[in-house]
Amino acid sequence: MKSAVILFPGSNREGDAIRALKPHGPAEIVWHGEADLPRGTDLVVLPGGFSYGDYLRCGAIAAHSPIMAAVRAHAERGGLVLGICNGFQILVEFGLLPGVLMRNAGLHFICRMQHLRVERTDAAFASAYEKGQIIRIAIAHGEGNYAADSQTIARLEGEGRVAFRYCDAAGEVTSAANPNGSINAIAGIYSERFNVLGMMPHPENLIDPLVGGTDGRGLFTSIAGSFTVAV
Amino acid sequence: MPRQDPPVTPELVASHGLKPDEYQRILDLIGRVPSFTELGIFSAMWNEHCSYKSSRLHLRALPTKAPWVIQGPGENAGVIDIGDGEACVFKMESHNHPSYIEPFQGAATGVGGILRDVFTMGARPVACLNLLRFGAPEHPKTRHLVSGVVAGIGSYGNSFGVPTVGGATAFHTGYDGNILVNAMAVGIARADEIFYAKATGIGNPIVYLGSKTGRDGIHGATMASASFEEDAEAKRPTVQVGDPFTEKLLLEACLELMRTGAVIAIQDMGAAGLTSSAVEMGAKGDLGIELDLDAVPCRETGMSAYEMLLSESQERMLMVLDPQKEIEAKAVFVKWGLDFAVIGKTTDTLRFVIKHEGEVKADLPIKQLGDAAPLYDRPHVASPALEKVEAAAIEPPLSNAEALKLLLATPDLCSKRWIYEQYDHLILGNSVETPGGDAAVIRLGDGPKGLALTTDVTPRYCEADPVAGGRQAVAEAWRNLTAVGALPRAVTDNLNFGNPEKPEIMGQFVGCLTGIGQACRALDFPIVSGNVSLYNESSGKGIPPTPSIGGVGVIADVSLAAKLAFRRAGDAILLIGDTEGWLGQSLYLRDVCGREAGAPPPVDLAAEKRNGDFVRELILAGLVSAVHDISDGGLAVALAEMAMAGGVGASVEAPANVPAHGFWFGEDQSRYIVATSPEHALGVLAAAQRAGVPCRRIGETGGAALTLKGEAAILVGDLSARFEGWLPDYIAAAL
Amino acid sequence: MKARVFVTLRSGILDPQGKAIEGALKSLQIDGVKSVRQGKLFDVEIETLDPAAAKALLQQACQKLLANQVVEDFEVEIS
Repeated sequence: MKSAVILFPGSNREGDAIRALKPHGPAEIVWHGEADLPRGTDLVVLPGGFSYGDYLRCGAIAAHSPIMAAVRAHAERGGLVLGICNGFQILVEFGLLPGVLMRNAGLHFICRMQHLRVERTDAAFASAYEKGQIIRIAIAHGEGNYAADSQTIARLEGEGRVAFRYCDAAGEVTSAANPNGSINAIAGIYSERFNVLGMMPHPENLIDPLVGGTDGRGLFTSIAGSFTVAV
Repeated sequence: MPRQDPPVTPELVASHGLKPDEYQRILDLIGRVPSFTELGIFSAMWNEHCSYKSSRLHLRALPTKAPWVIQGPGENAGVIDIGDGEACVFKMESHNHPSYIEPFQGAATGVGGILRDVFTMGARPVACLNLLRFGAPEHPKTRHLVSGVVAGIGSYGNSFGVPTVGGATAFHTGYDGNILVNAMAVGIARADEIFYAKATGIGNPIVYLGSKTGRDGIHGATMASASFEEDAEAKRPTVQVGDPFTEKLLLEACLELMRTGAVIAIQDMGAAGLTSSAVEMGAKGDLGIELDLDAVPCRETGMSAYEMLLSESQERMLMVLDPQKEIEAKAVFVKWGLDFAVIGKTTDTLRFVIKHEGEVKADLPIKQLGDAAPLYDRPHVASPALEKVEAAAIEPPLSNAEALKLLLATPDLCSKRWIYEQYDHLILGNSVETPGGDAAVIRLGDGPKGLALTTDVTPRYCEADPVAGGRQAVAEAWRNLTAVGALPRAVTDNLNFGNPEKPEIMGQFVGCLTGIGQACRALDFPIVSGNVSLYNESSGKGIPPTPSIGGVGVIADVSLAAKLAFRRAGDAILLIGDTEGWLGQSLYLRDVCGREAGAPPPVDLAAEKRNGDFVRELILAGLVSAVHDISDGGLAVALAEMAMAGGVGASVEAPANVPAHGFWFGEDQSRYIVATSPEHALGVLAAAQRAGVPCRRIGETGGAALTLKGEAAILVGDLSARFEGWLPDYIAAAL
Repeated sequence: MKARVFVTLRSGILDPQGKAIEGALKSLQIDGVKSVRQGKLFDVEIETLDPAAAKALLQQACQKLLANQVVEDFEVEIS
């Protein structure tokens, strides 16, 4: 699997993403000003951070970067795109995913370990997990409150496009376990064709038993696995 | 129309914070009346913040050397060798006054400034910490200040992309009108690729980098050295605004530029901005500096030379570049979208020459701007010694179980989760030990080596006995690092005190430094960087003396790092170190009995070292399942913290020869709790005896409750609810 | 010429910041405030002197960047 991690001015988890991707194949940083993705890119990652300082709206300015046209073309070809945290914010601003990420309901930035429920495992991003599995992943954001109009939500739910939901350790989706006020405790969503995933939590920070645990690894092994099968 | 500078009058001199004798010194030095611009330069260079005129004499006595010290105090940050060709670069600095006036921006720019100090030396920042002191919780401004400072620190560090891994927050009415915001940053560089401020070569270009210059913070450095009066809030316009986004770009651009080999010298523009950075580069390199201010990128129109020289706009750097590589260097900054302007050159004249709009605005001897700054041996009186308070003489107002429950829900001992969850403490994926432990532990690169980091000080001890308090602050930082298994290596200090012109305050300063020096020497823990913040007072009353200590230790393999959580039931609990039940200046005495009294607990530095070295060996040998040092609140609080962190209870018993409340809540120093499996316990006890380390078995882990023998059992869940509840409840309470 | 662009949250979208400000006003005893919604204001200088062209330009700017029409409305005011 060959990965391209897009570097926007103000991105800051690009190194974390590279570290999580490296065991599965080459992963390189691509400057936002480029017009093309490296030849043979399988996966595009929009990493976490504060692109353009989160000025105007999170992800809004980065969504207008030159490289984004190539990202759209890659997605339209069915290529995989993963947006984490600020990357998710960029994807919704760019229109590859619906909805918007608003200020956390508690109005504070929040960094903590958070339980998530894996909602489906037939997508390329989550095949290494069990359906309904409860995983523990870091969150670190100030604007992760997912919102969309009721039709969009109904459609996302109807098409099974919610990838992960915030929950408690027992897997219950409760308002106490929802860190940011997201509608239906949505932590991540897929595109219509399930080849674009945007999520607020940081699986790239959960790949090492010494540093919080390994519950994030499944996401990367899933993606890598989808290419092994295809070949 | 040519700009009209105001005439230099005695009033103008006084408004620049210069005393008549200091002004006379200027007249003697340059042999004429200074221009308005020159007066501004002198006031910036000779104020307390830049010149350390009250503290220099005493700072010289501190130990700053060790074989592993690469750079001690005097540069942007201290540097130590951590092996494998790597160096750790770190410093702590205060932003107290700006944070009181505008807590969000004050704290944010404090973080920005200290990060810049670290990456200016060629290091990539890997961690931030802080030490905060607020006024009494019931003071009307405190809630607003806590919220603003925490949000400001988070906003800057989170966006910049460095984990904020540790800190210390406490409250006391002594900080009601003058809070403390001390920020520490830690970076990693190649040991042979450290960059310094010293300029070399004649005729080399001086380059301005980063954000544009505005009128922000003009005379911020002067403000930072003036006592707080009630009208402090009227000074709001001088507060700078932080831009972490630009700082992140500046970091990447600087490190990229350094790799090209173009950088001869580099200095960030911090307090007193362009003036102090340019003077320092020249003075350190025995060179003159000539600046043409017409080339300075400005954000506002019509800025005068005076304003440009004293502006404290953030996210700016000054460099001396290799002229051969100027074009290459410029390309890097253009790529990152940052301003890059050649604004002057180095000269062989040893003069600091400022040109603006075709006029020479200043022409001063560069070495003397720093070296000839006043140096004061201010009168100082030692604090009167306080009587020891005997535990037996104190009637416990509550049962010990009730006292423990009360203490865990006090402002100083409660969980600071509400604070640290607003800081991204996980970015970079190396946070092995996250906030809430004795010290933060971060892995370096892919490991196995790591750093342990802490900030600490106990101001009530320092106030009661400055020498003992100074010693204790260093010993506790050393103990925090030891308790995770690290070898403590070096210190950065941030000395926050009141008005040094008052002999009793100067006495606190001198006393604390004496104690700090003793402890640093005894523990092989040199001071490599630091900052002095004086005049911390409001309405004429000084803050409690607060010499913050930032400690850095090295651990060869982070997988061995100890944690404080009880891991399982059935482990033996051992208490290491002597306990006589010292309640003087304890939190029990203050928060349970309502008395701030007595001499603080003494630190026996030889015992400190012996006990700590023993605990570190146990950790590295893998013989213990949990370790915690004992500090504020004493043994019972430490046990509760271990139980809550692991969700595992414990049963423990006090010996007969110490009053029980003294045993559970005394703050005797140099102590640790370790948990170990029953099969290792006897061996550990025997090893302690051989090493001459006091060690006794006080109980075992297990169950859902913490039971102090003879007292009602307390469910760990109840303890946690109290521990976690206080701060969020306080913040949420109506104004 | 100068112009102002107001970007506001669409009605019906929850505005936690506005709610917090509302609460703070109450606690400061500034009574009689029924509700607060927070928005953004942009002061813009534009080259053209033709108000219609300016308006069209800024509408385009709003649609492309200044506002996120999933949750925000905008209004352009030419002075």
